[in-house]
Amino acid sequence: MSNPGRDWEDGTPERLYVITGGRSGPVSPVPLDLVTLIIAKTGPRPGMQPEHAAIMRMCRSPLSVAEISAYLALPVSVVTVLLGDLITAGHVLSRPPVAPAKLPDLALIEAVIDGLRKL
Amino acid sequence: MDYASSEPPPPAPHRGHPPAGPRSEDALPATAAAAVKVVIVGGFGVGKTTLVGSVSEIRPLTTEETMTQAGVGVDDTAGVERKTSTTVAMDFGRISINEELVLYLFGTPGQQRFWFLWRGLFEGALGAVVLVDTRRLEVSFDVIGRLEERGVPFVVAVNAFPDAPEHPLEDLRAALDLPDSVPLVVCDARRRDSSRDVLMTLMRYLHSLAASPEAL
Ligand SMILES: Nc1nc2c(ncn2[C@@H]2O[C@H](COP(=O)(O)OP(=O)(O)OP(=O)(O)O)[C@@H](O)[C@H]2O)c(=O)[nH]1
Ligand SMILES: [Mg+2]
Repeated sequence: MSNPGRDWEDGTPERLYVITGGRSGPVSPVPLDLVTLIIAKTGPRPGMQPEHAAIMRMCRSPLSVAEISAYLALPVSVVTVLLGDLITAGHVLSRPPVAPAKLPDLALIEAVIDGLRKL
Repeated sequence: MDYASSEPPPPAPHRGHPPAGPRSEDALPATAAAAVKVVIVGGFGVGKTTLVGSVSEIRPLTTEETMTQAGVGVDDTAGVERKTSTTVAMDFGRISINEELVLYLFGTPGQQRFWFLWRGLFEGALGAVVLVDTRRLEVSFDVIGRLEERGVPFVVAVNAFPDAPEHPLEDLRAALDLPDSVPLVVCDARRRDSSRDVLMTLMRYLHSLAASPEAL
């Protein structure tokens, strides 16, 4: 790091505190990975917090937690708290990533190789 | 840290004006059932974003995380524990493997310990690509050591910059102290086929590990 002091941001945590109502997780009923796919069951509901509504809108088709974080410009940990609310309320579904066991599954690797070949 | 300070952060969304989200052509099919991830790790400016961008089906996006570190402030004579937080950002891309499976690629600066503290980044990754610039090999030692410690399988790809001196691969392997079993390839991260081949090398390596686990 060339200039450590510059990287520490002060203002941001307060804004994040407001968005999450002061919670800092883990409050999601299911573990959320960067590549857990989220899909909304419906469109946004009236009266939803803007961030919740934005997630409902963008997750009409499946979207990873990382992509949601990118489009909202919010840290993953904040997005995780917001998603926890929506999962608990039953507004969105989560599809967990393929967890490679100690060693990844042969069929999974072969599927990826096939997919890359088509690139 | 390098990445976040080299590029301005994305604009904060306005409350009441939430960003649109993905363009319709970037939407995944409803059949997308699960995702896997691969981490592209390497030193500052080695070509991580270029590699991710050259194979990704979406324009690379940036995600961030707030890291909290407990530390003792140098100015605190009492040595009181203080918590400091920093935001780290990384870019990533996506490749739809088939109707059900999606591969995400995360480009991660490797020279900082906290990247390895980003929970869920290396955990659950299929494997990693260590991207190397031969002009700055020393960054890679640390990265390779940490991946080995964590048992993350990886391959090494040398991003061939035109002004970098050319070294025989065997010399590089020796300099990096890489076991013979770990694939070492040369690539041009700007080229889609070359970057794709790097991923293919990783997948074939993972396949060989999965097929003969005793080789580990
Ligand atoms: N000649 C050549 N230039 C490259 C190659 N890959 C990347 N570059 C250039 O090198 C510069 C840095 O590439 P990036 O992809 O931004 O590197 P990075 O690792 O993401 O950098 P940071 O995120 O800042 O650490 C860019 O100007 C690229 O155009 C390559 O294979 N050959
Ligand atoms: Mg980059």
